[in-house]
Amino acid sequence: MPRRRRLRKIVAPPGFKGFRPYGHIKNNRVVELNYEEYEAIKLADYDNMNQEEACKLMGISRATFARIYESARQKIAKSLVESCEFKTVFGNAHLDDDWYVCNACHARFNLPDDNSKDCPICKSDAIEPIIKKMK
Amino acid sequence: MKIAITSSGDSTDAKFDLRFGRAAYFCVYDTSNGSTQFIANEQCDAQGGAGTKAAEKMIELGVKRIISGDFGPKAKDLLNQFKIQMVMLDDANSTVGVIIDKLSV
Repeated sequence: MPRRRRLRKIVAPPGFKGFRPYGHIKNNRVVELNYEEYEAIKLADYDNMNQEEACKLMGISRATFARIYESARQKIAKSLVESCEFKTVFGNAHLDDDWYVCNACHARFNLPDDNSKDCPICKSDAIEPIIKKMK
Repeated sequence: MKIAITSSGDSTDAKFDLRFGRAAYFCVYDTSNGSTQFIANEQCDAQGGAGTKAAEKMIELGVKRIISGDFGPKAKDLLNQFKIQMVMLDDANSTVGVIIDKLSV
């Protein structure tokens, strides 16, 4: 069994479902752009971050970020050159809400109400945000 | 407060189920009087939309915290909207009873 994919953190999903060319000969080709690829393009090219900063935000390694970014560029280039539409799909994304991990019992959980700051299973206060553990 | 735990059977000796939408049973544990109630999940063999339906059921039951192995993206979104706390545990070998014991300490 391959290693489980680490989820890629996304600050906000794209505000559209896809892009479609116009004025071209009709075809049914579709490129599927994952949310994490959209996020990689956004962080690197729109927010002008370097890969080091961007990969920390997404909770993945720099090499993985580079791979996602590369694949995103290839997909967008393919869509432009072959004049086919691209759709955004969920992929391996994890929407940016606050998840924590308990160091005592390794439970992962979120905290919808902000007043409690201890683990819901073992009541330990040794909790920390998951995203900082991913380095 | 009501806490839901995904279970593979209808007793506290049953193993904890790591899936949320396709868990066999939901154990609803009430912290105010220590009672447990087992609810069969009709969606356990569903092709699609099991997570969403299970989440809707949890909202109906008035559960405030759900303990499971993992949650799908749709269930996560829905539960987030209703401010239901999600807890993910990895220990597939513990029974529902053990988890309840941990909670009631």
